[in-house]
Amino acid sequence: MTTTTLEPSETREFRPVRERVTARIASILSVRNIIVVAVIVVIAYLTLVPLVFLVARTFFEDGVFSFEAFARAYDAVGLGEMIWNSFVFAGGSAVFALAVGTFLAYVTVRTDAPFPGLIFAASLVPLIIPGVLYTISWILLSSSNIGLLNQVSKALFGAPFFDVFSMPGMIWVEGTHNAPLVYLFMVAAFKSMDPSLEESALLSGSSRATLMRRITLPLVRPALAGAALIMVVRGLEGFDVPALLGIPKGIFVFTSRIFYEMQTFPMDSAAAGSISITLLVLAILGVWLTSRSSTGKGGQFSTVTGKGFRPRPLELRKWRPVVGAIVVVYFAVTTVLPVGILVYTSFLPFYQGLSWNALASMNLTSYQELFADRTFPKAAQNSIILGLSSSIIVVLLAAIASWFIVRTRVRGRWIIDQLSFLPMVIPGIVLGLSIAFVYLRNPLPFPVYGTLLILLFAYVTRFLPYGMRYAMSSLEQVSGELEESANVSGASWWQTFSRILVPLIIPGLFAGFLYTLIISVRELSSSILLYTPGNEVLSILSWQMYEDGNLTRVAALGVIMIASLTIVVGLSNLITSRLGIGAR
Amino acid sequence: MLTIQNLKKTFADDQKPAKGEKAKQVFAIDDVSIRVDEGAFFTLLGPSGCGKTTTLRSVAGLEEPDSGHIAVGGRTLFERGQQRVNIPANRRGLGMVFQSYAIWPHMSVFENAAFPLRVAARRSRSRADVKSKVMRVLETMELAHLAERRATKLSGGQQQRLALARAIVIEPPLLLLDEPLSNLDAKLRESLRFEIKRLQHDLGITTLYVTHDQNEALAMSTSIAVMNAGKIVQLGTPREIYETPRNTFVAEFIGASNLIKGTVASAESGAAVVETPAGRFVSAREHVVSVGDAVRVSVRPESIEIRDRGVDSGPNRLPGEVVTSSYVGDSVITVVRVGHHELRVRTRATFNAEPGLAVTLCFDETDVAVLPETI
Repeated sequence: MTTTTLEPSETREFRPVRERVTARIASILSVRNIIVVAVIVVIAYLTLVPLVFLVARTFFEDGVFSFEAFARAYDAVGLGEMIWNSFVFAGGSAVFALAVGTFLAYVTVRTDAPFPGLIFAASLVPLIIPGVLYTISWILLSSSNIGLLNQVSKALFGAPFFDVFSMPGMIWVEGTHNAPLVYLFMVAAFKSMDPSLEESALLSGSSRATLMRRITLPLVRPALAGAALIMVVRGLEGFDVPALLGIPKGIFVFTSRIFYEMQTFPMDSAAAGSISITLLVLAILGVWLTSRSSTGKGGQFSTVTGKGFRPRPLELRKWRPVVGAIVVVYFAVTTVLPVGILVYTSFLPFYQGLSWNALASMNLTSYQELFADRTFPKAAQNSIILGLSSSIIVVLLAAIASWFIVRTRVRGRWIIDQLSFLPMVIPGIVLGLSIAFVYLRNPLPFPVYGTLLILLFAYVTRFLPYGMRYAMSSLEQVSGELEESANVSGASWWQTFSRILVPLIIPGLFAGFLYTLIISVRELSSSILLYTPGNEVLSILSWQMYEDGNLTRVAALGVIMIASLTIVVGLSNLITSRLGIGAR
Repeated sequence: MLTIQNLKKTFADDQKPAKGEKAKQVFAIDDVSIRVDEGAFFTLLGPSGCGKTTTLRSVAGLEEPDSGHIAVGGRTLFERGQQRVNIPANRRGLGMVFQSYAIWPHMSVFENAAFPLRVAARRSRSRADVKSKVMRVLETMELAHLAERRATKLSGGQQQRLALARAIVIEPPLLLLDEPLSNLDAKLRESLRFEIKRLQHDLGITTLYVTHDQNEALAMSTSIAVMNAGKIVQLGTPREIYETPRNTFVAEFIGASNLIKGTVASAESGAAVVETPAGRFVSAREHVVSVGDAVRVSVRPESIEIRDRGVDSGPNRLPGEVVTSSYVGDSVITVVRVGHHELRVRTRATFNAEPGLAVTLCFDETDVAVLPETI
C-alpha cells in the first residue's frame, strides 16, 4: 500500500499513541455525539427524576423506608369506595365512548351515511374545547339548580331531570369528550380492513346482520380491545371531570383524591404520593396489556393490513334517515349545546336562565370585566409563552431522539425510545405531584419553584411522547438512502442533518409543534399542583373563575379560548391532511 | 483499481432465536476477494440476500465489515487485520447511485447535482466553478434544460440520470451502482442499460455494479462475480459465465438451463461421458469431476436442435416426445419429454410441433457442461 495519497485522518494508526488517543477523543467529541448525548441526558432527567422523587417522598419519611404513608392514605375513610368509583367512572365512560365512537366510525367509513362533515367536526371537539371548559359548559347545561336543560325539563315535567353532579353525569361528560378519540382510532381500523373479506361473505350468502356479527366485528376486535384499554386508562387518569363534578358531592376517584389531599390542611403529600403510585401502577398495567393485546395477536389478524382501501360504501337505504338523525342529534348535543351555552352565558351581565329578559339584557359586560381583570392578560401571556416554548423544545428533543432511534443502530437505543414515551403513561396529576416534589428540593442551581420554569418542565415532559410520534412518523417516511447518498457525496453528519433531513421533515415537525401547542393550552391536571400566584395559565384561570362563581366571565374566557384554538386546530389539520401524516 | 481482500461480515439473525438457542450469526459476506481493473465494468450478480449489496455498501463506507481490506487506487479505505482503518463514507470520495435514486425532493435538479461539490472538504470551490462543472455533467446526462426544475417533477428515467449526474460530478475514481435499473419499466430499463454502458465507456470510469438481473449483467459488464450465500461462486467474463458455468448454481441462475442428474462413466482432460436416466451425454469441455461422481449435466435450451425421430442415434441424441410448445415472439420454447425428464428447447420462431410428436433432440459435445453436484 502506498501512503502518498493518504489524508491526515487516515494515518491515525501510524502516529504515536498520544496523538491516537487525542484523535479518538476528538472522534468521540464529534458534534453528532455531543448533541445526541445532551438530548439523551435531558430526556432521562425529565422523565426519570420526577418518578424517583415520587417514590422517595412516598416511601422514605424522615429518611426511613416505610409503608406508613400507604397505610395513612388507605386507612382514610372511603378507600374501597374511591377505588370502586374510579373503576365505575373509567369503565362507564370507556363503554360509552367505545359504543358511540365505533358506531360513528363504522357509518362514516363503511356506509353512505349523510353528514360525514358533521361527524368530523364533532370529532375535533376534544381538541378545541379544553376539558375544564367542556365540563363547565355541562354544568351550565344540566346542573339541577341552574342547568338550562333542567329549566326545559321543569317546564315540561315540573322537575329537574338532569343532575350532572353525579356518577352518571360524570360518565356522560367524560364519555362524550372521549368518544372522538375512539372514533379516530376505529376509523383507522375500518379503513385498513380489506373490503373483499366482507364482500366474499356477502357472496357466500350471509345477511348484513350476520356479516356484522361474524366477520366485521371479529376482524376489528384487536383494534377495539386496544381502544377499550386506552379509554379505561384515560378514564382513570382523567382529572377535570371528577374534580369539578365529583368533589362537590364527595364522589372521589384516584385523581381527585390526590388533588384533595394536596388542598386540605394539613397537607399530606406522602399520602397523595401513595395514591399516585397506585394509579401509576394501574396505568402502566393497562398500557402494558394494550400493547400486549395488540402485538401478541398481530399475526392472527394480519388480514387487517396497513394498506388503505377504498371500499364501496354499504347502502343504508331505509335506515339512512335514521342514521342521519342520530348524527345530527350527536353533533347538536356534543358540539352545538356546549359551545352554545358558553356563548350565551358570555353575553349575559350576570347568570340567569333562558328568557326574553335575559336575551334583551345581553351585552359585552363580561368580556369588558375579563379584560379589565389584570390576571387575564397575564395568564394569556403565560399560556402563550409556555405553549410556544414547550412546543419548540418538545419538537427539537423529539427530532433528535427519534433520529437516534430510527436511524442509528446503537445498542440500547430502545431505552431512549421507552423513556421518551414513558410520560404517556404518567397521569397528569401524578406528574404534577412528582415535579412538585422535585423542585421543592430543587436539584438545579437556579430557582424553578414559583416560576414559569416548573410549568415548562411539566409541559415538556408531558408532551414529549406526542412530539415523538410526529417526529418518528415523518422520519420513517424519509428513506434512509436520502441521507446515505448525502453521506457518500461527502456531507458530514451535521450537514446531512441540517441540509437534507431537517428540510424534509420540517412539515411534520411543524404539525407536531402545532399539536403540542394546542394541548399545552388545555393542560390543567399537572398545572393545578404547580402554579403559583402570578404564574396562572388560561386553564387555571378558568378553574379559579369557576370556583369563584364568576360564571359569565368563565364563559367569556371560554369563548375566546375556543375561538383561538379553532384557528390553530384548523391550521394543524390543513397541514397534516396535506402531508398525510399525523398522530394523536 | 479496486481491490477487496478477504472481506467478511456477519449479521445477527433478525429472527428471534427459539428458547434455549443462541442467536445465530449469519454470514452476509463470507470471505469475498475481488480485483477490479482500471476502467472496468465489474458486476456483482446474485439473488437477493446473497451479499452483493452488502459488499457494495462496505466499499461505500455505509456498512462496517468485520474483517478484510478494501482499497481504491492504492488508498486503503478499510482495513481490519494488522491495522485498523475505516475512512468514513463522506471522506471516501466515491460516487454512488442508489436503488431508489435518493434524489433529494426539496432541491432542484441543479442543487441535487451541485450538492457533492458544495459540502465538506470540497466547499472551497468558487461558485462559477461549481456552476460550470454541474452544467457540464447535466449536459452529458441531457438534463441541462431541466436544471431549475424541482427534482420531484422528473420522470423515472430522468431521476435515474440525475442520480448518475450527482454521482459523477466530483469525478470519483470509482462509481458504485446499486441496482439502479430495478425501479424502471422494462422498456426504459433496456435503453438505460445501453446508456450507462456508453457513459461508462466514454468517461472511462471504473464501475462496481450490483444487480440480480442476469441479462443486465451479461449485457453491460466486462467482468461478473456471481454470488450466492455471501460467497463468490464464479468469476469471469460474461461469455465465460454464460457458456461455461462452473457449478449448478451458476448454470441455474444464468439463463434457463436443462440440468439432468447422472453419474460420470468416464472422464479425461477436456472430455467426459455421463450416464443419465435420459440417456448418455458426451461432453467435450473442461471439467473437475472423476469417474463415479454424482453430477449434473447442463445443456442450454438454445443449444438443442429438434429433429424428426429416427434420423440418427448415438450419444447426445435423445428420443423424446413434444409436450407443449409456446410462441414467445422471437422464438418458440418447446418442452420435450425424454424418459422422466422434461427438457426446454428454444427454436426459431417458425418452428411448429403438435404435442405428442415423436422427435429426437440433438446437441454438440461442446454444449454439454458437466457440473459437480455441490457448489
